[in-house]
Amino acid sequence: MTILDIPELALVALVGVSGSGKSTFAARHFAPSQVLASDAFRAMVADDENDQSASADAFGALHHVAGVRLRRGRLTVVDATNLQPHARAGLVQVAREHDVLPVAIVLDVPEALAWERTQARADRDFDRQVLARMQRDLRRSYGQLAREGFRKVHVLRGVEEIDAAEVRLDKLHNDRRELTGPFDIVGDVHGCRAELEELLARLGFVLHRDDAGRPVDAVHPAGRTAVFVGDLVDRGPDSPGVLRLVMGMVAAGHAICVPGNHEHKLLRKLRGQDVKLTHGLAETMAQLDAEDPAFVTGAATFIDGLASHFVLDGGRLVVAHAGLKEAYHGRASGRVRSFALWGETTGETDEYGLPVRYPWARDYRGAATVVYGHTPTPTPEWINNTLCVDTGCVFGGKLTALRYPERELVAVDAQREWYAPARPLVSAPTRPDTVLDLADVTGRRHLEHAYGTLTVPAENAAAALEVMSRFAVDPGRLVWLPPTMAPCSTSTVEGFLEHPAQAFGDYRSAGVERVVCEEKHMGSRAVVLVEREPGPFGGGVVHTRTGRPFFGPPWDGELLDRVRAAVGTAGLWDELGTDRLLLDCELLPWSAKAGGLIREQYAGVGAAGRAALPAALDALEAAGARGLPVDALRDRMTARRAEIESYSAAYRTYVAPTEGLRGVTLAPFSVLAGAKVTFTDRDHGWHLALADRLCAADPEFFTPTRRQVVELADDAAVTAATDWWLALTGAGGEGMVVKPYAGPAARSARGSLLQPGIKCRGREYLRIIYGPGYTDPAQLAALRRRSLGRKRGLALREHALGLAALDGYAADVPLWRRHALVFAILACESEPVDPRL
Amino acid sequence: MLLTLTTTHRPATDLGYLLAKHPDRIHSFELPVGAAHVFYPEADEQHCTAALLVDVDPLRLTGEGRGRGRGRTPESFSLGQYVNDRPYAASSLLSSALAKVFRSALRGESRDRPELAAAPIPLQLRVPVLRCRGGANLAARVFAPLGWAVTAAPIPLDETHPQWGESRYVDLTLTGTLRLADALNHLYVLLPVLDDAKHYWVAPDEIDKLLRAGAGWLADHPERAVIVRRYLAHRRALAGEAMARLAAQQLADEPPVDSVAEVEREQAPRQPSLALRRREAVLAALTASGATRVLDLGCGPGALLSALIGDRRYTEIVGTDVSHQALTLAARRLRLDRLPERQRDRVRLWQSALTYRDDRLRGYDAGVLMEVIEHVDPPRLPALEDAVFGHARPATVVVTTPNAEHNVRYEGLGAGQFRHPDHRFEWTRVEFADWVDRVAAAYGYVAEIRGVGDDDSEVGPPTQLAVFRTVGTGTTVGTGTREVAR
Repeated sequence: MTILDIPELALVALVGVSGSGKSTFAARHFAPSQVLASDAFRAMVADDENDQSASADAFGALHHVAGVRLRRGRLTVVDATNLQPHARAGLVQVAREHDVLPVAIVLDVPEALAWERTQARADRDFDRQVLARMQRDLRRSYGQLAREGFRKVHVLRGVEEIDAAEVRLDKLHNDRRELTGPFDIVGDVHGCRAELEELLARLGFVLHRDDAGRPVDAVHPAGRTAVFVGDLVDRGPDSPGVLRLVMGMVAAGHAICVPGNHEHKLLRKLRGQDVKLTHGLAETMAQLDAEDPAFVTGAATFIDGLASHFVLDGGRLVVAHAGLKEAYHGRASGRVRSFALWGETTGETDEYGLPVRYPWARDYRGAATVVYGHTPTPTPEWINNTLCVDTGCVFGGKLTALRYPERELVAVDAQREWYAPARPLVSAPTRPDTVLDLADVTGRRHLEHAYGTLTVPAENAAAALEVMSRFAVDPGRLVWLPPTMAPCSTSTVEGFLEHPAQAFGDYRSAGVERVVCEEKHMGSRAVVLVEREPGPFGGGVVHTRTGRPFFGPPWDGELLDRVRAAVGTAGLWDELGTDRLLLDCELLPWSAKAGGLIREQYAGVGAAGRAALPAALDALEAAGARGLPVDALRDRMTARRAEIESYSAAYRTYVAPTEGLRGVTLAPFSVLAGAKVTFTDRDHGWHLALADRLCAADPEFFTPTRRQVVELADDAAVTAATDWWLALTGAGGEGMVVKPYAGPAARSARGSLLQPGIKCRGREYLRIIYGPGYTDPAQLAALRRRSLGRKRGLALREHALGLAALDGYAADVPLWRRHALVFAILACESEPVDPRL
Repeated sequence: MLLTLTTTHRPATDLGYLLAKHPDRIHSFELPVGAAHVFYPEADEQHCTAALLVDVDPLRLTGEGRGRGRGRTPESFSLGQYVNDRPYAASSLLSSALAKVFRSALRGESRDRPELAAAPIPLQLRVPVLRCRGGANLAARVFAPLGWAVTAAPIPLDETHPQWGESRYVDLTLTGTLRLADALNHLYVLLPVLDDAKHYWVAPDEIDKLLRAGAGWLADHPERAVIVRRYLAHRRALAGEAMARLAAQQLADEPPVDSVAEVEREQAPRQPSLALRRREAVLAALTASGATRVLDLGCGPGALLSALIGDRRYTEIVGTDVSHQALTLAARRLRLDRLPERQRDRVRLWQSALTYRDDRLRGYDAGVLMEVIEHVDPPRLPALEDAVFGHARPATVVVTTPNAEHNVRYEGLGAGQFRHPDHRFEWTRVEFADWVDRVAAAYGYVAEIRGVGDDDSEVGPPTQLAVFRTVGTGTTVGTGTREVAR
């Protein structure tokens, strides 16, 4: 019995004359859907499987289908004679385009038998000469197949051998999807054995040493697997030591390893090829000279046996030395190997004479996490679900490991600079930090950040692009956008759509014990970034919740001056050790910014109602005086008139005369960030205390935020807060926002982010949202069917993006990276949700 | 919303026969959005008033009472789901109620008083709240030609804020001696016209409804164009057909006479518009540059693109705009889907923002920024300069922008006002020249400035235009070490 080894993903070409039994063979060993037969394609395009004039089109279609299948990762078998070199060349090309291995299986049967079979078929009417020519072509093919690019050639001679053959599908070397970790993925070691020992120890591995005290294995008690991304050798002080340890771990099954370009070059050198002893290879060769020749031979064998990359954890993780684009995951070809070793270069060289690497990660949109090394950067940064863990240990940086699936970084400092870098370590993107690229924000985008993941649909990004580019302030100063806020669960309290009972209940069921109720100011959201020095650009920015300049010049500048002065008076610059502050505020009164909206929409409705209902009542009064039974209708209209008066009173509360900044006040309630720091982990007591100090510093300009701190288990406190809310809203207040006392970044006991705030709006205020008569029992019953899930999900997603954006600002990440987060918040706002929520 | 009809015809109570509603009863009807009630506040020999009260259920207006997504009125009618004036102001809802409640009266039929139905009688109609889009005097313009004495008293916006002035609503009273059917048809057509919105989707059969209700008075109405356009919800194709059918009715009566002013306007030699002259100046600059692959950056609805498509020398034409809507409009205006394949393949429309670098825009011969830069906030201009002159880097860049000095020549444009509400700045000639020099030096271009439109000796031309050309490639120019070919 002959075993035919075929890679799981391959393009298999059957080669044989007419009547050699190819179709029978294919049917026996492969699923019908895997087999593409030229006869079938001739029939498909020309209704006749023997129409030779259709051959060109039939093969065109066959190659196309084969290509699609291979792109999708499906094994494909081509059942055609494949006797001509040009026919086979087409198949090899299709395989190469999709980076899969072409395999040939030759079926060689005696010509007489083939002739007998051919004659037995009614639809084959060619003469024996044709068959003889095929047979000659087959003979000629033998020597050519390997040269033509077929990586495996199986030849089956005679009917018996053909019948006895078995096909065995082999996994590719790079397919280790069955390994689910957990993994510790270690960046480029470059001969830094001591640092590697320290890192492994910190990761929890226990080192095993040989008699000479040299580490030869490391075992993790919890069964974690180390993954080495390559470049174990060169430049550093002990490349053989690193090889010994890693080879030992791999042999013992405690580690897996992919090769780096330095291993590749070392192997060529060890095989005696002409390789320049540059980039630290000379050091390695000198170190290896001191080693036992058997060790050196073993190292060469080890390197030679390494797969270019690994697909791990069910396809969710890919490791390659220089990274790998999605189309190459789990593929095998020269260019896949080359990409994995060196990455893609643009063909240009930089000012240090080194090749400019194409930032493939920026275009990466795949679902699998890709972890790699190769390009040293000061700090590992996630780019589109990819991470480079090379932090330049040998250049005096750090040796870093990524814990997977935890996604935590563990690093140890280099003991010293072992090798001088040719260029300074810089983060991957080298473009100017203020420049943004359309590709950073448009199209369907997958965003992964410290607080979660998010997919932005292309149409939302398109809508946000217009707002961002036409109306928003300079992205450099657009640090954060306020997330949308969900209302509390719909109330069942009679006459109320929203009520504190539900707001408290929502947090209670999320496991929160202490909340703060903050008065909800009815004004316009204002985000203030104020800098200590006025500076040439105005010393900060004040923008709306969609990133627009608030009033525009000159008032925004005046407003910033007032805030700057108050921060100074309150002594916050020095106390917080920052030269800038990001404040989340409400600007009052509402009419200062929204005067047009109030007049156009809210007042207009009031005017129409206040004119229409008395007229209707007059007519009804007169009809009633005539003795007509209009009582029910009159009562109804009377109630409506009362409602429109209540409604008018509600919007009028938020109107106050202003002129310029005169009459305008600012109510800050959160101090989000400063220079290189965020304050999202501080509790709301801290935030409000700072707000109070600003109010004390300039009581005319700042409005305090009234608040109640409530222990949710304390019924008396809950009742008191409810009464407080009733009084607040009874006096025309908009309502309150309930927040977890622990602060903006509060998490639940299970560790997930909590809603940063839940609004609970007053009964009267809601008239300007749901209409003057929404309190009518029938209307209220209908409105109670409102659904909050979408709004809550959106609020949480935007909140998470905002936290990540603030962290990015504090960490001084490149602008494009934090802009992508802020942009995504704006894009989320294009999501269709009930605007009344 | 309310409508009252009063007559002083003797006996006035005959109004009850004409409306087929007895004055001593309350008549109630179910409507899709609520209920209609007819009752008589007064009914005696001298005066008789019928009131039509439409009680709108706001839930039914937004469809909330009927479950998700069903039966909603168009957003343009109810201002989305926000609070709205629809329960109070007269609108197409009142017309629908009229048609349902006074069906025979609208047709001029009366079983009991047929001769009275055919006769003009003294009438007073009152609509206490009518949204009058386009100002109170439009009410007079549409009703007065029909024989009504019109009183349209504006309603104040908010009596507690008198400085806010008047609202968009009027208290409308019409007085005249007309057939009741004519009066009702006038209201049926003109209330939604003044409101300028419809609570339902306007389909082609709406033309028939309009012509039926407008029979005998619409064809000769001086404001028929406005009436038809608004009644048919600004659907151009429908309005065109309705106007053609009205014109046919009119021809049957008498030949149309164009007003003298109109004829004169047609004959006067007209100066080409500034927009046209600007486009021609840009095209001339492109021609001179020898460009064949061109970018229209900020193309809007495609005014320049259509000129470029018409010129065979341009083998690749890319229009970009940040507004998806503008691009859709451009594609429709350029009829891209109907162009022959070879033509269509020359044209691309891409959404792009000029403050972001866009790799797709690199390598073109020329780029046009026609009336674009003034729509960008000044602090964002450096990003535009980098994206266009630094990154996309066409060999030629043509920029046009208003000349602020010329604004004094525009009547009605106050000092310090801009020509367009979205303009973020408008530059004087010196300011523009400074910017052009700075950008050219920074990015390795040489530039030349021209005027577009008549050059006013005092304030210069209305539009200024600059042509930038790259200074070779691969050389170091400008302020120092800037690399030209990236």
